[in-house]
Amino acid sequence: MTDRWFDDAAGPVVRPYAMTRGRTRSSSDEARLDLIALVIAESPDGEGEAKPDENGNGNGQGDGGSSAFPADSRSHDDADVHADSSLAPEHVDIVISCRRAPQSVAELAAELDLPVGVVRVLIGDLIDADWVRVSRPVPPADLPDESILREVIDGLRAL
Amino acid sequence: MAFGRFKRGATASPAEPVTLKILVAGGFGVGKTTLVGAVSEIKPLRTEETLTEAGRPVDDTAGVEAKSTTTVAMDFGRITINEGLVLYLFGTPGQDRFWFLWDELAQGALGAVVLVDTRRLEDSFAGIDYFERRGIPFTVAVNHFDGADVYPAESVREALDLDAEVPIMVCDARRRESVRDVLVSVVEHALRRATLAQQNEPHPAPAR
Repeated sequence: MTDRWFDDAAGPVVRPYAMTRGRTRSSSDEARLDLIALVIAESPDGEGEAKPDENGNGNGQGDGGSSAFPADSRSHDDADVHADSSLAPEHVDIVISCRRAPQSVAELAAELDLPVGVVRVLIGDLIDADWVRVSRPVPPADLPDESILREVIDGLRAL
Repeated sequence: MAFGRFKRGATASPAEPVTLKILVAGGFGVGKTTLVGAVSEIKPLRTEETLTEAGRPVDDTAGVEAKSTTTVAMDFGRITINEGLVLYLFGTPGQDRFWFLWDELAQGALGAVVLVDTRRLEDSFAGIDYFERRGIPFTVAVNHFDGADVYPAESVREALDLDAEVPIMVCDARRRESVRDVLVSVVEHALRRATLAQQNEPHPAPAR
C-alpha cells in the first residue's frame, strides 16, 4: 500500500500551472498582486459603477431579494462569464466568487485550492479582460495613518 | 439585506475596504495557527505557494534535472474591523529556508507577533532578527504551554536581548481575549512608531 498513491496523495489531476498554460507571471502590468489586494468584480456589461437606482450595489452583493434586482439577476449575471469561451473554469470561478463579495488574493487561492502564483496569473488575465479590478491595499511604503491604526485598536478591543 | 449601504449610492465610487495585515512568526509547533484561529472570523485558510528551487534567490542549479518543487503553506485568518477595514493575519512559513517568502508577506505589514515557546527560545530568533532588521513593529508573545515553566516576561526579554521598546507579554494562543490583547499591543506599538516618526519629520528645527 505504501508504495502507491491514491486520490489526493497522487497530486492534482491537472498540474496547477497547466491552468496558466505554463505562465508564471501575470501578463497584467500591475505590480505583483499583494496577498491582501482585494479583487473586485467589474459590473456586468461594462456599465461602469452601479447605476444610481440600484442602491449603488455594484459588487453583486444584491442577493437575498434586494428589490432592485429581479430574482434571477444573479444567474443571468453569471451567464455572461460562462459564455466567454476564452475563460478557463478557474477564471469563471474567480469572477463569480468576486461578484458575491470582493475577495483577497489569498482567499481566492485558498478557496480554489490553487497556489498563489497560479491565482495571480489568472487574476492578471481577468484584469486584462476587464472582468475584475484590484484595489491596492495601503501602499507598502507608507504605513497606514494614525487614524486607521486607532480604528484598528478600537475594533480589536471590541472583539 | 444591505442596511447601511444605501449611502454608497451617493458617493461616486463605493468605498472599498482597506486591507491590512499582521504577521505571526515563530518556530514550528509554537501555536501560530492556533493563535490565528482564536481570533479569526473564518476557520484559518491555507494558501500555498509552489516554488521551484530555481526560483530561489540563491540559485546555483544549472541543470533542469536539479530542479525540484516545494510547497510552502501559509495559514491565514481574517478579522473584519468594520465595513471599511479588514485585518488579515498570516502565519509565516516556519522553516528558515523560506525567509525570502517573508519579504513578500512583510511588505506593507502593519506589524508582527513573534510567538515564543520558552522551552525552545532559539526557534524565535529568526523572526525577531527579521523584524528588527526590517524595522517592522512587533510584539513578543510568550505562549504559555501547560506543563512548561512560567518565566516572568522580563526574564524572557533579557534572554532574547530585546530592545526596551519591544512589548513582551505572556499569552494563551487558544484564548480569544488573550490573542486580542497581543494584537492590540502590536498595533499600539505601530502607532507609537508612527507618532514618533511624525514628530521627527515635519518639524524642521526653527532657524535662529
